[in-house]
Amino acid sequence: MTTGERDLLLEVRGLHATYGQGAVLHGIDFDVPTGGVVTILGSNGAGKTTTLRALSGEVSTRGSILLEGENLAGRSTEAIVRRGVAHVPQGRGTFVNFTVEENLRLGAHLRKDRDGVRADMDRMYEHFPVLGERREQQAGSLSGGEQQMLAVARALMLRPRLLLLDEPSLGLAPMVTRELFAIIGGINREENTTIVVVEQNARLALDLADMAYVLEAGRIVMAGTPEDVRDDEAMASAYLGYAV
Amino acid sequence: MTWRERLRDPTTQRWLRIAVFVAMLGIALWAPFYFTPFRVFQFTRVLIFAIAVLGLGLLTGFNGQISLGHGAFFAIGAYTAAALMEKAGWPFLLVVPVALLITFALGYGVGIPALRLHGLYLALVTLALAVVTPPILKRFSGITGGAMGLNIDIPQAPAWTGLAEDQFLYLLALVAAIAAFALARNLVDSRTGRAMIAIREDELAAETMGVDLARVKTLAFAWSAMYAGLAGVLFTWTIGFVSPESFTITLSISILAALVVGGLGSIWGALLGAAFLVYLPSVADDLNQAAPGIAFGALLIIAMYVFPGGIAGLARRLWGRLLAPPRAPAPATAGASTEEGGEP
Repeated sequence: MTTGERDLLLEVRGLHATYGQGAVLHGIDFDVPTGGVVTILGSNGAGKTTTLRALSGEVSTRGSILLEGENLAGRSTEAIVRRGVAHVPQGRGTFVNFTVEENLRLGAHLRKDRDGVRADMDRMYEHFPVLGERREQQAGSLSGGEQQMLAVARALMLRPRLLLLDEPSLGLAPMVTRELFAIIGGINREENTTIVVVEQNARLALDLADMAYVLEAGRIVMAGTPEDVRDDEAMASAYLGYAV
Repeated sequence: MTWRERLRDPTTQRWLRIAVFVAMLGIALWAPFYFTPFRVFQFTRVLIFAIAVLGLGLLTGFNGQISLGHGAFFAIGAYTAAALMEKAGWPFLLVVPVALLITFALGYGVGIPALRLHGLYLALVTLALAVVTPPILKRFSGITGGAMGLNIDIPQAPAWTGLAEDQFLYLLALVAAIAAFALARNLVDSRTGRAMIAIREDELAAETMGVDLARVKTLAFAWSAMYAGLAGVLFTWTIGFVSPESFTITLSISILAALVVGGLGSIWGALLGAAFLVYLPSVADDLNQAAPGIAFGALLIIAMYVFPGGIAGLARRLWGRLLAPPRAPAPATAGASTEEGGEP
């Protein structure tokens, strides 16, 4: 499936999401090109996290979520993971009582190729050298930044087609966040992993992305290249909380 | 190299572990030929309970699902053995696979509704299982012998071994326990074992890694019930008699108490908890002849207060303290640790 220029990995159309009685997303449309990085921006409560949770089947949804033409809507989280969608939830969700190495093995839970898993673990230690140094340590003893790196590395162990990152910068110091984003950018280029990243830190996310959507109260209010979003001063000050 | 550094070395630790294991195995094999039959019988009881406690540990300690009804699976294992041996005249070893299969299937069956129940609700439903077991056993008196129970012939050692009855039963229980512990050890280290623990830690995060929650949780219930069933078979062999009153709610609660005292999430804790369960009542009797129950309860409370992580947790803590460098200044943390690292 093409839109004329690039293959689309993910096409989302008319996506609604609800928690119990409350609707959070009111029919959003967006595309994710294969091999690209898409960022979803917006203020607190705009529905960014819910969008990712909808993609991985953790909330009830209406509308269609096409992954290379196959509809994921209504499928179980496990079935969606099996189709190659890895989700790094907000607040990391590393298993604190497991070692770094065990966390990575858990990320490869669905894979049967032992040698491939071993090779991928070594590759993760190359991307994230600090994890290599701490492989026998319990994840709970890692710093916040290291845990976030571990969460990303663990998701990559699945060899996902699509990586969903929810607020990777949350609770991290600026320097660590920059390091993390540099690694994520490298992974996107070297491994050709398609990424959707939700961020409050719009500046960093726009540097990384090649397509951006701005979400407000469950609706997409703007879509464009990072430059478009940066140049739109009204948008920047109103929704992103900073002026460029 | 100080002795502490030497002990911290992974290779040393591995050798140490092997040495401890070999020593324990040696003692376990020597014990039945040294101690009196009564003591040997007590050891056998410890091994039997250890298998049941270990089974519950797989479910509660490693998978985070509680069960107050494991006495029911224990009873079913015991009755399967008794009925097949007494009513159908089966040789004692043949009943093992049948009892394992039945308790596995029943555990799987209970595991399915358990998928929708958490914490206290699951505790309550499994409690009901323990409560209904004795009346049901009485009801089907054609198979179970009703309130009178069933007497069976205790398995005897083949003559060429020259083993006394207590020694033979002890060795049977030892073989079963070693197999049970080895299997549990492997399971916990396996892919499925990691998934079990991941579910205990955080169900949602486990699911986002593609862990099939329903499959792993029902399997954990099935294995766990199977362990209780194996313990039940051994119980029948050693006691030679089953009756509904042997499997009241007290049994289920005792298994859970032993698990918590031994240490949740520890394989060896099951053995320690089982020893506690078997020996504490006799200690309690010595303390207070009039009300052993009160002394037992009080000792249980004290134990939980003194070592909340169970005996295994206490041992781990002491070992950690032994290995810790003596009062060195806090080591500087290296790497990317400049951020605040706050938990959201």
